[in-house]
Amino acid sequence: MTRHLVIVGGGMVAHRLVEALRSRDTAAAWRITVLAEEPRMPYDRVALTSYFSGRDPQDLSLGDPELWNDPAVTLRKGVTVAAMDVEAKTVRTTRDEVIAYDELVLATGSYAFVPPVKNSEANGCFVYRTVDDVAALRVYVERLRAEGKEVSGVVVGGGLLGLEAAGALRALGATTKVVEFAPRLMALQVDEGGGSALARLIRTLDIEVLTSSQVTRVKTTSQGAARAMAVADGPDLPADVVVFATGVRPRDELGRASGLEIGERGGVVVDDSCRTSVPGVWAIGEVACIEGRVWGLVAPGYAMAEIVADRLLEGEATFPGADSSTKLKLLGVDVASFGDAFGVTEGALDIVYADPVAGVYKKLVLSDDARTLLGGILVGDASAYSGLRPMVGRQLGADPASYLLPEGSQPVQLDLPDDAPVCSCNNVSAGTIRCAVREEGCGELKSLCGKTKAGTSCGSCLPIVKRLLNTELAAAGVEVSKALCEHFALSRAELFDVVRVTELRTFSEIVERHGNGRGCDICKPVVASILASLDPAGHVLDGERATLQDTNDHVMANIQKDGTYSVVPRIPGGEVTPEGLITIGEVARDFGLYTKITGGQRVDLFGARIEQLPAIWKRLVDAGFESGHAYGKSLRTVKSCVGSTWCRYGVQDSVGMAIALELRYRGLRSPHKLKLGVSGCARECAEARGKDVGIIATENGWNLYVGGNGGMTPRHAQLLASDLSDEQLLQAIDRFLMYYIRTGDRLQRTAVWVNEIEGGLDHVRDVVLNDSLGIAADLDAAMAGHIDSYVDEWQATLQDPEKLARFVSFVNAPDQPDADLRYVVERNQPRPATPAERGQMEPVLLSGPRLEVRR
Amino acid sequence: MNTITAVAVCSYDVLLPERGVAALIGQRQIALFRTHDGTVYALDNHDPVSGANVMSRGIVGSRGDVPTVASPMFKEVYDLRTGQCLDDPDVTIPAYGVQVVDGQVLVSAGDE
Repeated sequence: MTRHLVIVGGGMVAHRLVEALRSRDTAAAWRITVLAEEPRMPYDRVALTSYFSGRDPQDLSLGDPELWNDPAVTLRKGVTVAAMDVEAKTVRTTRDEVIAYDELVLATGSYAFVPPVKNSEANGCFVYRTVDDVAALRVYVERLRAEGKEVSGVVVGGGLLGLEAAGALRALGATTKVVEFAPRLMALQVDEGGGSALARLIRTLDIEVLTSSQVTRVKTTSQGAARAMAVADGPDLPADVVVFATGVRPRDELGRASGLEIGERGGVVVDDSCRTSVPGVWAIGEVACIEGRVWGLVAPGYAMAEIVADRLLEGEATFPGADSSTKLKLLGVDVASFGDAFGVTEGALDIVYADPVAGVYKKLVLSDDARTLLGGILVGDASAYSGLRPMVGRQLGADPASYLLPEGSQPVQLDLPDDAPVCSCNNVSAGTIRCAVREEGCGELKSLCGKTKAGTSCGSCLPIVKRLLNTELAAAGVEVSKALCEHFALSRAELFDVVRVTELRTFSEIVERHGNGRGCDICKPVVASILASLDPAGHVLDGERATLQDTNDHVMANIQKDGTYSVVPRIPGGEVTPEGLITIGEVARDFGLYTKITGGQRVDLFGARIEQLPAIWKRLVDAGFESGHAYGKSLRTVKSCVGSTWCRYGVQDSVGMAIALELRYRGLRSPHKLKLGVSGCARECAEARGKDVGIIATENGWNLYVGGNGGMTPRHAQLLASDLSDEQLLQAIDRFLMYYIRTGDRLQRTAVWVNEIEGGLDHVRDVVLNDSLGIAADLDAAMAGHIDSYVDEWQATLQDPEKLARFVSFVNAPDQPDADLRYVVERNQPRPATPAERGQMEPVLLSGPRLEVRR
Repeated sequence: MNTITAVAVCSYDVLLPERGVAALIGQRQIALFRTHDGTVYALDNHDPVSGANVMSRGIVGSRGDVPTVASPMFKEVYDLRTGQCLDDPDVTIPAYGVQVVDGQVLVSAGDE
């Protein structure tokens, strides 16, 4: 018989319980009802701050949405439980609905604790706990800024959440201070050395840090809005916005009211199987007090959810003790803490490496014989974390100091035992991962993570999972292939180097010497792109190079669904004269083209047939337009706002800079398409941080962001350098782009490239700004070569009869249009007929009213 | 009895190695390809997946020993000799016989 499980609470831990129970309850013994207070699906609270980097709350959703379509599961959003009757086994909602249960799980989590500070309820005071909290904070700050105000923000609390909140405030453009009562930041995770390294790093991000400071009250305006924060020993801090991030308290009120045993410092007391003191009632996550304490981390909550799922199915699982390891990227600063980070084990030894200049602090805690790893703290560079954490309690087997030295000195290879935990969020061991690769056929990262769940929560273990995967594949004799395709065993970056060094300049030579066969639609465009970078003076349609181009590059236009093309003239920076616009309009009208403004501030003309392209371009070139390269894996556009020329807020000439950049990089071929943006002030009207390269003007120059966009997984660009002069800016972008072009994978966007290149953004910054690889002069020269040899592709084509001869509809009827094209007029413009429309109607419209044919 | 007529379409010289051209035979659109070794192949120009007449604009190459063209629209790869799609066994493009006689490309496109 089916029994009814009611889960009170709809957060991450409740989600995990449903997922675990549904995946194991093959006999369908349980029907599940989840009563969630928030009006939304369970979401990833740990990633809340990413809401500020433009992510929709929808993107924070957890796991497979299919879970909630399961007929055995009912998710009720926006439902609050008012009381429970443990005798009658029912809960009553605030709408007086009574729901009966067989078993009940409390997963109510915790609430943000606000210390007793006077006026903490004033307008402008926030906590940092739910999507609604975060959204309200954002709206409030944006409203103040829209009024033209410089917004001052104070975050009370210098722990994890406080620093997250500070990053969020900073991202919203508020000046930001963090006030912490304890003598250091992140007092629960790092020691004094780590805390001061962290504070130093955070101060360099323009966030003021006050430690050992106690806030006393919020001072308000006559309208009752926050205006300043009073501090015990010191002057008032201006504060239009205050965020309290001073810890959380369990939401144990339902349990208290029903007589459940409550812990000394709150939380519903449970045994190691997560049972409360009342039969039929369980508690998991941040509301549960287990082993005498409440855990404010998601990993122990997940473990509890798994235990209850197991117990509900007659299993015997018990709480294994919690791992309080954390690794975070706070404001771009790496912080990790794991195991016995404070060295409380008797006889524990510390090894510390600190480099205050580089902002790095690393500590390992070892057993008294200096052989067994007990824990550690990493600030500023936590790259060793994913390898070290699973080694806690084990012998390191190498000189411990070698794990702490700066990157590049020597990579340490770890041989993890099978029972070493790799993903602590989901409790996945190295052995489980090896087994999934060896016996369950998981041959790539995505299927491996799907199968084992490793890396699907916080993601910090992904590097080690990937390494285990590759090692296991290599051991199984499977070569971990970076091969481009069957014709080349090399990766794009390797092929680039080969072509650069050998100076081969035709596909035939390259494939004969370094590949096999005659290529395909994957390797040919890659070689075309490499040749365009290394031999920028050559035209895309020159000789054999023409055969390598995909259709877009081959006809220098973008193929559309019916086989016609769209044409995009370059409009650098989006600046265009009225005469230019009239010319474009006339061309579109005369050829019957559909016109649309693109997302990158250009005009796109759709519906041009291949044989019309030269005539269209003749008109555009005569009017001074150039190819917009909208077809290539190349620089597309540089978007700009109006800048200081017209805008009352602009601090620099963003239009001028955008035009300079677009002309500098026009025609530049790359692993994927490239877009840039330039905003004239921090209001960011050009949305530059959504671009591969984003430039935002400051009072002192330009801030340079890189690696935005990300395609189907949107990413905001990250800060590479601040307050650059015009010359410094151009040089940094030159090097960034050229380094990406040389080392990017095929179709790898800059966002992914920055993430995946060894050493990440810091490495890229080092190469670009400090010439750490000694290749800067080479990159500069390569870019100079590109700039000097730029020729408009369409202009050159129009002057070359041989190239023009390719623009025919049919080799034996060069000007005869494709008779299958059909158009329908919608909103006064032509668009391709749908298959249904084609079936039922006479030909509607073929090309424009005037059919222009090239002579 | 069906008569197969070979129609002269163009001179061999206008075909560039490893590229295609479209041609009209009556109302029928065909795509002609010249591979690296000089062989000429003819397929229907209609891309059965996208429904557009674009096959002649695909990238010519090889898969194993098979001479291929990839649809420029969604990149399915076809055997130039038979029109068989190598990525989906259910999809085939009509293939036509080709001869090169006296520098002219002749295509046998059924009994039209």
